[in-house]
Amino acid sequence: MLKVDNIQVYYGAIHAIKGISFQVEEGKIVTLIGANGAGKTTIMHTVSGLIRPQSGSIAFDGVDITNTRAHTIVEMGMAHVPEGRRVFAKMTVKENLEMGAYSRKDKGALEADYDMVYSRFPRLKERRKQLAGTMSGGEQQMLAIARALMSKPKLMLLDEPSMGLAPILVDEVFNIIKDINKSGTTILLVEQNAHKALSIADCAYVLETGNIVLSGDAKEMLDNEAVKKAYLG
Amino acid sequence: MNVFVQQVINGIHVGSIYALIALGYTMVYGIVRLINFAHGDILMMGAYFGLFSITIFNLPFGAAIIVAMLVCAVFGMLIDIIAYKPLRNAPRISALITALGVSLFLENLFRVLFGAEPKKMPNVSSLQGHISIGVIKISYVTVLTVLLSIIFMVGLQFIVKKTKIGKAMRSVSEDKEAARLMGVNVNKTISITFALGSALGALGGVLYSVAYYQVEPYMGMMPGLKAFVAAVLGGIGIIPGAMLGGFVMGLVESLSIGYISQSWSNAIVFGILILVLLFKPAGILGKNVREKV
Ligand SMILES: Nc1ncnc2c1ncn2[C@@H]1O[C@H](COP(=O)(O)OP(=O)(O)OP(=O)(O)O)[C@@H](O)[C@H]1O
Ligand SMILES: [Mg+2]
Repeated sequence: MLKVDNIQVYYGAIHAIKGISFQVEEGKIVTLIGANGAGKTTIMHTVSGLIRPQSGSIAFDGVDITNTRAHTIVEMGMAHVPEGRRVFAKMTVKENLEMGAYSRKDKGALEADYDMVYSRFPRLKERRKQLAGTMSGGEQQMLAIARALMSKPKLMLLDEPSMGLAPILVDEVFNIIKDINKSGTTILLVEQNAHKALSIADCAYVLETGNIVLSGDAKEMLDNEAVKKAYLG
Repeated sequence: MNVFVQQVINGIHVGSIYALIALGYTMVYGIVRLINFAHGDILMMGAYFGLFSITIFNLPFGAAIIVAMLVCAVFGMLIDIIAYKPLRNAPRISALITALGVSLFLENLFRVLFGAEPKKMPNVSSLQGHISIGVIKISYVTVLTVLLSIIFMVGLQFIVKKTKIGKAMRSVSEDKEAARLMGVNVNKTISITFALGSALGALGGVLYSVAYYQVEPYMGMMPGLKAFVAAVLGGIGIIPGAMLGGFVMGLVESLSIGYISQSWSNAIVFGILILVLLFKPAGILGKNVREKV
């Protein structure tokens, strides 16, 4: 589904990603874990086309997307729930969902998908006429995920979806991610909450200052001594 | 009393033109955070294209308006693509100085091409005459100006609120990266915004030249500046604010012409700008949030 091959990313002189390769297989939940500043968000931005790698290549569904623009990648079936939610604060909940469906060509099926999203997130239905900026952090996170779902993605990137949420909401968010995966969407998940991420993921990569230092089965990593010490506290 | 009513009518007339022009400033600011100082010159270009459509191509007035709007829409997009787009990630002051440069360039280009002497906008025969209500006279030009302005403002509001492109514009104005992640082509959306703003500016320009009969290369400066004040007054970046600001500016101007003096009216108008910037920098409809720099 996604194949990242030896990408290097710079911000000016800062060498943020130093030759990273990984794969996301169809139907799986894959997680990238790592400390602050390791380069997780940079990888997500590079995959979804917001920034370009200096070298290396990215293939999505067998198509090279290394130099494809972000808005085209969305149309190909990748949705990115960015770090910090980034909902459109001055637009209503419904309008945010409409923006999520912006790239859709099959207008006929939209109504059914709004219903699907509303039944998964009943709170959003109640609040559909409210401005997104006036909702709580948890509600905004749900909206960000729902908005991404509206594009009917094959692959969904989630960048720290549990950030800043109360523990009970964290569980809810992880349940929703599992659910979305079960209904057929492949997931690439970035998390600080390594324990939670590893417990729902199939496969994991550990990132340290722009390099992958460890990769493998997520459940095995939960028991890995080094990982335990560094990321599971 | 009659003076008052007459000045209010004049104020609404010129105010609706300011409102049309202010919309261009506010839309462009909303989407790329740029004060497009060349917008006043779009007004001037619109007036020239309207004039030429009538005098050279013998088009009827309505068609002349449409030609001016379409041609200026294209020029607005070209100005953005040539002058501003390369500076999208540069410091904002660079784009601002470029906008001043574009303004000077257009004014001088039109002076070289068509001369500095004002050209006379021909009388549009179907617009001669007025409606009388008692002793109050409302000219057809005023009626047409106000009607057209309102129609286009309502239309714009509809586009921005209800259509797909309008939602794309709003999303880009809030968060360009997030908009891209939704599948919005940001550059195309910015181009369309320039096109819409410029078309409204051209309409303002034709209506302005019909009201004052003159078309000349520097005619955009004063109304452009006043429309900019109107946009700031209403809250820059806020579309209904630009409309409100335009009418407020028009009324203040014509009432101070009526009751104080012609020569003071500009001082009063710009005095208002200073007061607004001092006491409510976000404008009448704006929320006072300090801008992050
Ligand atoms: N726009 C930018 N300009 C310059 N440097 C940047 C930029 N964005 C990120 N960096 C740098 O790149 C490195 C990786 O940052 P990134 O945001 O990808 O880390 P992260 O793993 O997502 O961290 P966090 O867990 O805090 O979100 C950091 O050293 C950061 O300072
Ligand atoms: Mg990050």
